[in-house]
Amino acid sequence: MPQYFSRSANTFARFTILGIVAALVIVCWLGYLVVRSPYEMMQNIPREQPVPFSHEHHVGGLGIDCRYCHTTVENSSFANIPATKICMNCHSQMWATSPMLEPVRESYRTGKSIEWTRVHDLPDFVYFDHSIHVHHGIGCSTCHGRVDKMPLMWQAAPLTMEWCLNCHRHPERYVRPRDQVFSMEYTPPPDQIALGRRLVREYHIQSLTSCSTCHR
Amino acid sequence: MPNHDFVPLEALMQGPKPGLWRTPEEFEGHIEETEQEEISEEGIEFSGASRRRFLALMAGSMALAGVTGCTRQPDEVIMPYTDPPENVVPGRPKYYATAAPVNGIAEGVIVESHLGRPTKVEGNPDHPASLGATGVHSQSCLMDLYDADRAKEIIHLGLPQDWDSFQSAWQQAIGPIQDRHGAGLRILSETIISPTLGAQIQAVLKKFPAAKWHQYDPAGPHSARAAAQMVFGKPVHTYYKLDTADIVVSLDADFLACGPGSTRYARDFAMRRRQGDRLDMNRLYVVESTMTATGGKADHRLPLRYAEVEEFARELAGALGVNGTVAGNGAYQFWVTRLARDLEAHKGGSAIIPGEHQSPAVHALAHAMNAELGNAGKTVIYTSPLEVQPVDQIQSIRELSRDMNAGNVDLLLILGGNPVYNAPVDFEFTAGMEKVKTSIHSATQFNETSLKTTWHIPEPHFLEDWGDTRSLDGTVSIIQPLIAPLYPGSHSHLQILDAMLQFPGRSSYEIVRAYWSGQSGAKDFEEWWRKSVHDGLIANSALPALTLSPNSNFGTPQPLSAGGIEIVFRPDLYMYDGRYANNVWLQELPHPMTKLTWDNAIFLSPKTAKQLRFENQQHVQLIYRGRSVEGSVWILPGQPDESITVDLGWGRWHSGRAGNGAGFNAYAVRTSDALWTGTGVQLRKLDIPYPLATTQLNQSMEHRDVVIRNTLEGYKKDPDFAKQTEHEPAGNLTLYPQWDYRGYAWAMSIDLTACVNCQACVVACQAENNIPVVGKEQVLARRAMHWLRIDTYYEGDINFPTAYYCPTPCMQCENAPCELVCPVQATNHSSDGLNDMIYNRCIGTRYCSNNCPWKVRRFNFMLFQDWSSETWKMQRNPDVTVRSRGVMEKCTYCVQRIREAEIRSENEGRFVRDGETQTACMQACPTQAIVFGDKNNSHNRVAKLKAEKLNYAMFAELNTRPRTTYLGELRNPNPEFQSA
Repeated sequence: MPQYFSRSANTFARFTILGIVAALVIVCWLGYLVVRSPYEMMQNIPREQPVPFSHEHHVGGLGIDCRYCHTTVENSSFANIPATKICMNCHSQMWATSPMLEPVRESYRTGKSIEWTRVHDLPDFVYFDHSIHVHHGIGCSTCHGRVDKMPLMWQAAPLTMEWCLNCHRHPERYVRPRDQVFSMEYTPPPDQIALGRRLVREYHIQSLTSCSTCHR
Repeated sequence: MPNHDFVPLEALMQGPKPGLWRTPEEFEGHIEETEQEEISEEGIEFSGASRRRFLALMAGSMALAGVTGCTRQPDEVIMPYTDPPENVVPGRPKYYATAAPVNGIAEGVIVESHLGRPTKVEGNPDHPASLGATGVHSQSCLMDLYDADRAKEIIHLGLPQDWDSFQSAWQQAIGPIQDRHGAGLRILSETIISPTLGAQIQAVLKKFPAAKWHQYDPAGPHSARAAAQMVFGKPVHTYYKLDTADIVVSLDADFLACGPGSTRYARDFAMRRRQGDRLDMNRLYVVESTMTATGGKADHRLPLRYAEVEEFARELAGALGVNGTVAGNGAYQFWVTRLARDLEAHKGGSAIIPGEHQSPAVHALAHAMNAELGNAGKTVIYTSPLEVQPVDQIQSIRELSRDMNAGNVDLLLILGGNPVYNAPVDFEFTAGMEKVKTSIHSATQFNETSLKTTWHIPEPHFLEDWGDTRSLDGTVSIIQPLIAPLYPGSHSHLQILDAMLQFPGRSSYEIVRAYWSGQSGAKDFEEWWRKSVHDGLIANSALPALTLSPNSNFGTPQPLSAGGIEIVFRPDLYMYDGRYANNVWLQELPHPMTKLTWDNAIFLSPKTAKQLRFENQQHVQLIYRGRSVEGSVWILPGQPDESITVDLGWGRWHSGRAGNGAGFNAYAVRTSDALWTGTGVQLRKLDIPYPLATTQLNQSMEHRDVVIRNTLEGYKKDPDFAKQTEHEPAGNLTLYPQWDYRGYAWAMSIDLTACVNCQACVVACQAENNIPVVGKEQVLARRAMHWLRIDTYYEGDINFPTAYYCPTPCMQCENAPCELVCPVQATNHSSDGLNDMIYNRCIGTRYCSNNCPWKVRRFNFMLFQDWSSETWKMQRNPDVTVRSRGVMEKCTYCVQRIREAEIRSENEGRFVRDGETQTACMQACPTQAIVFGDKNNSHNRVAKLKAEKLNYAMFAELNTRPRTTYLGELRNPNPEFQSA
């Protein structure tokens, strides 16, 4: 009986099987990359806002402290988006007729909130607390990036759980002295690890990686 | 080599008969009949779906399962304040003191508010009726506030109207009446305790001298009022101080779980029970006409028919030598002689408590016995009445119904209440309503009465408007609102009455303030007002105790009628007189002794059920005095024979979606001459299946003896008895390395001696942790979601059982069996020993629940959480994830509170203090049975309790090392009773 398949069919079959497996792996891997891509995380995408508020101008240019607007960052989980009244503290005098600021004035007149788009949006099953991070010497720019260089706000970090855990496992790599927390220009010294270890001890920082630390 | 052989499972199951049983079927040994699967078969069947269809659906969902990971999060907006209120910090709740009027009487509470939304009610530690704890009603009041079916608009003959058109209609109606000095004007209210509201009604009556004020509460203390008239000749209010009572005798009173004051009574009772390292326990005797939570807790319990309780009281009074009584016929001689001896040995240190629904004679006899025993002024306190004007309320509503039917009422103002639903049927109240020209009803719900009136004005919930009320000892609380009225149409009773007195009317705030500025007597009223509102009570406003001696007017003994089966009406524990019928938390809250939800039932004794050949849950027609209702029979262990008990407050037809049609309406057969009891009931079998939803058999402990118990004598002889039941294997009996818990080790201790099965912890847990309500069908499918349950076990003879209550939350095992079987790591251990549940990882295999020996995990079989009702969203605790379908959940030890306290203490550079973080159940518990804290610090309460000799871990032999442990239950029976 003649052979239906030539000997080369064996090789072909082997490659096909391997190829299918490899293709599956590649597809999954690509999918994984997409899911965790900056695009999916909305990372580095400047977000449109009802008022084109520029942190670059207010923080970088005018040098206003973070806490002038984000008043509750040191004693609450939430860092507080400033009330319209805080905007109007200055803008009732400065740029008081600017058309760009009309939504602010309207909000002040009518008592209706300005609807800001949330830039740093953690999933609803994640509970983050600003106060404890600030208290333990984690700088604003560590997570939020160089806000003083952002004309419109964008999310500088991926905000994935892996990214959170990276710091929770190795706080000494990121911690800075408390008096530098609100500084935008702060750059870690060359001996960050040595400084970090000292601060971790000094500030009683624990490496908390239990699930219920963030998920409740 | 020590022998580490595990006890074979068969041996465990065959072991000594535990003696605890849960249902009559179990008592009789038909265990296999009642032993149902953990997950009911009916529940998981796909309705009408073929296998092919199922596979097609599954393939589709599998294919789509991965895609969900690719969606970006939807955009969210942040809406900051425009002009922020002072002291509001977004992300941190604020707390305000106020008072919850529970059936009119205040329970001081502190309400948690997140950016203006009240989300959780806690007790006010400074308030005498609360001492930091809450009862089920104040705990669940948020569900009344956020009830989506509440009255929202002013309604006139079915059409929405505004306040101005009501006022002009009012002017029109009152015009001719004013000329007649008010003749034809009637005000019908519930019992008025609020001093301001009382003063206003009196001002209205002064303006319209010919008008009349009627009061009616269907389930109020009618007998106590009548008895005070009988023996003191004037209205008197009675309350008890149980913290000094060595002997407590309940004559059909469920004082630990039901009625105003039960929160405080339970606390005092439990504290006294644990006095002197538990070696100086009090003793509780209960004589009662149905099985109650208090009866189950008794050291001696005697089930008697309602009418026999009076006979018993007379005999006891005779044995105590009360003037005007004679020693009885000796029917209860065994009990009476021994009880009398015990009481006489504790003169001035006992309390005899009559049930609110017992006859006036029982109340009168209790007054006389308390006086004879020297308890008056010590454990039994008399004051002038809490009510503004005590009246015979049955007489009051009788007159009103008569006048309405005679056409003498032109204008009827009904302030609260629901008389169309709950007035005695023989008064023809509803028929009379038809003859009233203008009738106005004001209540939080558009209920049965609102349907019959020409006007309905929505009443604000007490968390929405100002008011005042008194607590059990008379202490006045200013009711402070937490939120502006959700529905702008609402106007309080104060405002409605004020509009009758002057134009334009004032706000409730102005009215209450104006009243108290005349009453306070303070030099600086503003300071006085601020302090009173802030503290949640007016200092030193308790009513002074009166010294009274009762006369011997106990009425004539009624011969027991031989008219067959006796019926007893009682207000429902949760629905009360029916006002809470649309409160879904209360609807789904299991009743202590039956675990019934969403229904009431006709309680029968096992013997009577046998005689009548009724199975449990047999649907019957109850025929009584020519009227009838239909309901299902529930065989209740410990119910006296030839006596049925029915709960009032069910069978509403216009309460809202939750309450409509739940249970049957016992008011339909309740007449004025037999308010609480009568004889001559017939029960006729109906061939209608009507299943009752009970959770009693939902989670099985496989007949293991879980409640370690002993008598006080036994404990004195062998203090280590609880320890001996533990067979904890050696610590090295595990393949996993031991974890060293440094830092905090959160743990819980539950004192079984203190638990009175009031279920406040269950509602508190539900409120704190966003636990959904599932509805009757799903409870029947064994899917109730309460994270914390209180198991009720019976012991002894089915006719004379005693009961044990076992609160069962997640045990937070150190070697947790659930964690090992989760294929997706959705349940893990935290470094401080908590058994964490991560909802977003859970894929719903339910392996963890299978492997849990305590069966404390709950699964969202369906989308139980209401994601659409706007008002319900406002109640949700923002610190806890709202779970969706297909997710397992369980008690977390209120981890959100733990983490919050840890963060706060770290920010302040200190450790978490003992008692700083409390679980919701601990905080609500009236008896402080539940104590939570860090067990690593030996100074903490929980560590001390765990070091007690009574401490035991349930199923210690499984080596799971639960963090929740129990203190064994002690009872203090009278040794003389054993000599029989």
